[in-house]
Amino acid sequence: MTALTNDAALRIFRTMTTIRTTENRIIRGLNSGELTMTFYTVRGQEAIPAAIGEHLRREDYMVTTYRGMHDCIAKGVPLEELLAEMCGKSTGTSKGKGGPMHVSDPHSGLMVTTGVVGGGLPIAVGLALSSALRGDGRVTVVNFGDGATSIGATHEAVNLAALWQVPVVFVCQNNRYGEHTKFADYTRSASLAERFATYGLSARAVDGNSIEAMSEAAEAAITQARSGGGPTFLECMTYRLGGHSFGSTTEYMDPDELARAEAEEPVARNRRWLVAERGIGEDVLNQMEAEVEAQVESALTFAKNSDPPPPEELHTDVFSTMAASPR
Amino acid sequence: MTPQQQANAAVADPVCTLSDAVNQAIDIAMEEDSEVFCLGEDIEDPIGGVMKGTKGLSTKYGRDRVRNTPISEQAIVGAAIGASLVGMRPIAEVMLMDFFAVAMDQVANHAAKLRYMSGGRTNVPITIRTSVGGGRQFGAQHSQSLEGWMMQTPGLKVVMPSTPRDAKGLLYTCIFDDDPCIHMEALTLLFTRGPVPAGRYAIPLGVADVKRSGDDVTLVTWGWQVPEALAAAEQLESEGISTEVIDLRTLVPLDIDAVLQSAERTKRVLIVHAATQFAGPGAEIAAVVSHELFGELEKPVERMGSVYSPIPYAAELETLHYPERLRIAEAVRRLA
Ligand SMILES: Cc1ncc(C[n+]2csc(CCOP(=O)(O)OP(=O)(O)O)c2C)c(N)n1
Ligand SMILES: [Mg+2]
Repeated sequence: MTALTNDAALRIFRTMTTIRTTENRIIRGLNSGELTMTFYTVRGQEAIPAAIGEHLRREDYMVTTYRGMHDCIAKGVPLEELLAEMCGKSTGTSKGKGGPMHVSDPHSGLMVTTGVVGGGLPIAVGLALSSALRGDGRVTVVNFGDGATSIGATHEAVNLAALWQVPVVFVCQNNRYGEHTKFADYTRSASLAERFATYGLSARAVDGNSIEAMSEAAEAAITQARSGGGPTFLECMTYRLGGHSFGSTTEYMDPDELARAEAEEPVARNRRWLVAERGIGEDVLNQMEAEVEAQVESALTFAKNSDPPPPEELHTDVFSTMAASPR
Repeated sequence: MTPQQQANAAVADPVCTLSDAVNQAIDIAMEEDSEVFCLGEDIEDPIGGVMKGTKGLSTKYGRDRVRNTPISEQAIVGAAIGASLVGMRPIAEVMLMDFFAVAMDQVANHAAKLRYMSGGRTNVPITIRTSVGGGRQFGAQHSQSLEGWMMQTPGLKVVMPSTPRDAKGLLYTCIFDDDPCIHMEALTLLFTRGPVPAGRYAIPLGVADVKRSGDDVTLVTWGWQVPEALAAAEQLESEGISTEVIDLRTLVPLDIDAVLQSAERTKRVLIVHAATQFAGPGAEIAAVVSHELFGELEKPVERMGSVYSPIPYAAELETLHYPERLRIAEAVRRLA
């Protein structure tokens, strides 16, 4: 295991800043009516993919969910195309036909975004199987929520990956809620890591809001997968710092717990850590933040100025050729 | 009752949303029969179902009878089937119809077939409530109207109300029906308001409703396409075209007689639905009408369903994907 350098820590933090800045800008646009889209907040979960992304290669594969904007950014999906897709524009990753819940960008290895809870894990095992069969050295990372552990397909996929020892990392982003239901209200398991360990793969819980802890865990899991050591289940402990999606209520959330999580929210927390423990100067961070701000604004301008998909696009991409479609 | 009588009666009824009407039907059924219970994701208070169908009911009847589940659609439908095999009357909620795909083994291989496979020794009196997206930029996995898929599975009763009144009466009937019923609640209609009879109210399955009388063209539809069809008919009236709008309300059982009776008069038929047009429900209806009224129709039966594609996200494409009032009116003009 290599120690986390200041450069790496800063790169991870820059990704987190990009994610947060993009979210803040989208929320501002949604509030003012400048933008319309269904938006699933990733606020509070930035450190997980940012740290994972640091240890992945461009050709590695990733699968994520509707709550996946942070994963897309960290995997390297171009921000312009990502935002254009979220706005339903022809310049988006899916030409505006997929939307925020269905981003696919094979150029950057982002293979599937699913809107169906638990739908991504079996597919990730298949991606990893292809790497095992081809010997291409790629690793697949699949992100899903804690709530997805209640879906049967999740268990089938993890068991199969362990059996076949394919190079996949299961990243459970445990934000303590599945829609309106608290973790303790849908399972008696105290620890998902412990529950999934019984399938016979490496499984551990990690502080998903710490750059240092997340980076260490991600590196270990990815290195193990890449070197043929088999899959890992990472339970990344985090907290959903708001309602399920933009505009949804939070009355069922424990206000004290939410306030505590907000006080320890990962962007501010890791910024403090960089300054205090890593001796990074405020000026360095300020400059980086200004750069990111400008980059996000320019990407959004690109998205907003793009055209919607033309009507013909309704009929294309159903099959490989239009000839197969019924008249 | 004629549509006019119905309209008069309706004046006296209290007005509420379709979601409230669903809630009333469940409430009354739970009050009447202690063996009726609900299960599904986020259906307990304070949420009361993401579409509010069970709001207040866990508070009133307790969390034994209105129970939250994990995100486990197979287990939700399976548990409902199990309890129903011994005579209970579970109401399962699958948040969106697209997620039926996750539960389809329980729905299609078990709920639908257990009566037949057991030679009638067991039956599955469950109701599965589900909401149906569409028209809201929810994308390809949150917008599908899958009644055609359900109709292809012998053993399922398929219900899709378009008004609060119909939702209350049909859902109540579903709950006490001895077969598995799929009650489809369109998102675009859930918070529309209309008169609903107070107290116990049942509408039999398999009885279509004439939502507007007319003489020139018969427009057959259901679910969230009904208001689109009515808006088209309203516009056409001013152009001198009289359109009869038949709301099938249930697809299985299918009230084909209501369609034939109207078509015998108008001799022109258009079928409109949000389900895919190719191999869609309209094909079945068109085939029967064409067969039964061969030689009597003035024009070939027309169909308008959704385009044969997954549902696109961009609003500009999604509006082209589903039938809507302007294109429906165009199609009626071509027939008239
Ligand atoms: C199979 C399925 N059932 C229900 C839903 C509706 N739904 C969307 S997100 C969600 C909660 C998922 O919780 P979790 O897996 O913890 O992910 P999070 O949203 O917290 O990231 C639910 C129930 C769905 N999309 N798919
Ligand atoms: Mg969660």
